[in-house]
Amino acid sequence: MFQPSPWRADFPAITALQRQHQTYLDSAATTQKPQALLDALSHYYSHGAANVHRAQHLPGALATQAFETSRDKVAAWLNAADSRQIIFTHGATSALNLLAYGLEHGFEAGDEIAVSALEHHANLLPWQQLARRRNLRLVVLPLDEHGRIDLDQALQLIGSRTRLVALSQLSNVLGTWQPLPALLAHARAQGALSVVDGAQGVVHGRHDVQQLGCDFYVFSSHKLYGPDGVGALYGRTEALARLRHWQFGGEMVQLADYHEASFRPAPLGFEAGTPPIASVIGLGATLDYLASLDPAAVAAHEASLHQHLVRGLADREGVRMLGTPQSALASFVIDGVHNADIAHLLTEQGIAVRAGHHCAMPLLKGLGLEGAIRVSLGLYNDSDDLQRFFDALDQGLELLR
Amino acid sequence: MSLPADAQQALDTFTHAKGWEQRARLLMQIGDRLEPLDESDKTDANRVHGCESLVWLVTGQVDGQWRFRATSDARLLRGLLALLLVRVQGLDSEALAALDLRAWFTQLGLERHLSPSRSNGLHAVLLRMTELVSSP
Repeated sequence: MFQPSPWRADFPAITALQRQHQTYLDSAATTQKPQALLDALSHYYSHGAANVHRAQHLPGALATQAFETSRDKVAAWLNAADSRQIIFTHGATSALNLLAYGLEHGFEAGDEIAVSALEHHANLLPWQQLARRRNLRLVVLPLDEHGRIDLDQALQLIGSRTRLVALSQLSNVLGTWQPLPALLAHARAQGALSVVDGAQGVVHGRHDVQQLGCDFYVFSSHKLYGPDGVGALYGRTEALARLRHWQFGGEMVQLADYHEASFRPAPLGFEAGTPPIASVIGLGATLDYLASLDPAAVAAHEASLHQHLVRGLADREGVRMLGTPQSALASFVIDGVHNADIAHLLTEQGIAVRAGHHCAMPLLKGLGLEGAIRVSLGLYNDSDDLQRFFDALDQGLELLR
Repeated sequence: MSLPADAQQALDTFTHAKGWEQRARLLMQIGDRLEPLDESDKTDANRVHGCESLVWLVTGQVDGQWRFRATSDARLLRGLLALLLVRVQGLDSEALAALDLRAWFTQLGLERHLSPSRSNGLHAVLLRMTELVSSP
């Protein structure tokens, strides 16, 4: 039965891609953008660009107001208590690097940082490199057979030496939600700081950072139907106060002399240089658009499409899914067939999926795989998109076998 | 400059190929005819990095003419490698340096496989080949 997406028409690029015979199933990499965002960007640039937090003139005041309103919208989206808890960064990766540098001073040799075995490189390498700089121990929390962090083992491994845990909310490879409430509560009880990589999780459902109980939460705008070049870092007020400044320059400073300077607190103290103003404003418009949708309808649509995807893959002979995907995406390999060959033939048929290691090389290596194919869904996808993918997969396999 | 006979034949075949299915079949056929590589040649030094698939490229010169051997664990990439080799086999350094390989794959109707996006191996192979022949 055909399952349309009621929001497909809100994303003009989907129609454009369709005219080029492209079926877009790579939203976990980046998403297409709603018209509301395009309008906001166009409005900002055509009505007078200006730098923020600097100028006394009217264009500057308007830009600053729009920019700060976006901060309020991000805070509201995450249910942060105060907009000052939101720092704009250039993406999730730069937010995580900010944390790894900004918190570095609090670590001593022998301290432990815990990450899970499924982390994206963005939430692994900043901590790995911090551990190497400071002689810390990086503890890797193992997964169960479904692709979720093994809770029993994790609760043992997170102990009194653990200073920080950094965990993905939703795996970008396995599509599994991680058991964060238990892990975060345990980390807090051990006196460890917690960082949640919400790059994938933030896109599916609404998440309340206060309820989640994390110290820091990061996400990228471009995966949440927003512009690229911008991300957000939420921090609990007490946790933000522990951050040292890490990038220095314009507007993050209070007073500067040739030989010394004092710096602003969060958020502006961590937004050195001109921020991606248009993108921040665009993100605000995207959040307005997303907030206007019926969350139950979106959730039901996504769940039903995901079920369709998982069932279709499970029905096909030789297809092996990675883990037990719960949301948003599914990754798979096919017995006796090289991923690159499948990827090649899907590409030839205009199916845009991702092939490779998905920026999680240690995870793939742990699964004994060189790579996998990932199909990921956005709220604009419909069941015809999946049907085209399955038809292309069947045709490709027929050719290869 | 006239094409080597093998290359001309490949070009004729691919120019007449209709649709993605036929192109894919032809790629698999030509890839299957690729001279196999000894296990001893599949060394790390011969590995072409930057591909999602395993690719090896072995180079050598006989009487000033370049001799290449290559293979991959991915089938369609083997076909692309075979099409590359028929064009470059036996050229001297001057001819190889003057050769526009992008134009060659465009003639074949396969230029999209040269995209530098990282899931594709052919781009990395071309870079590696240039590197190898320009540093004797």
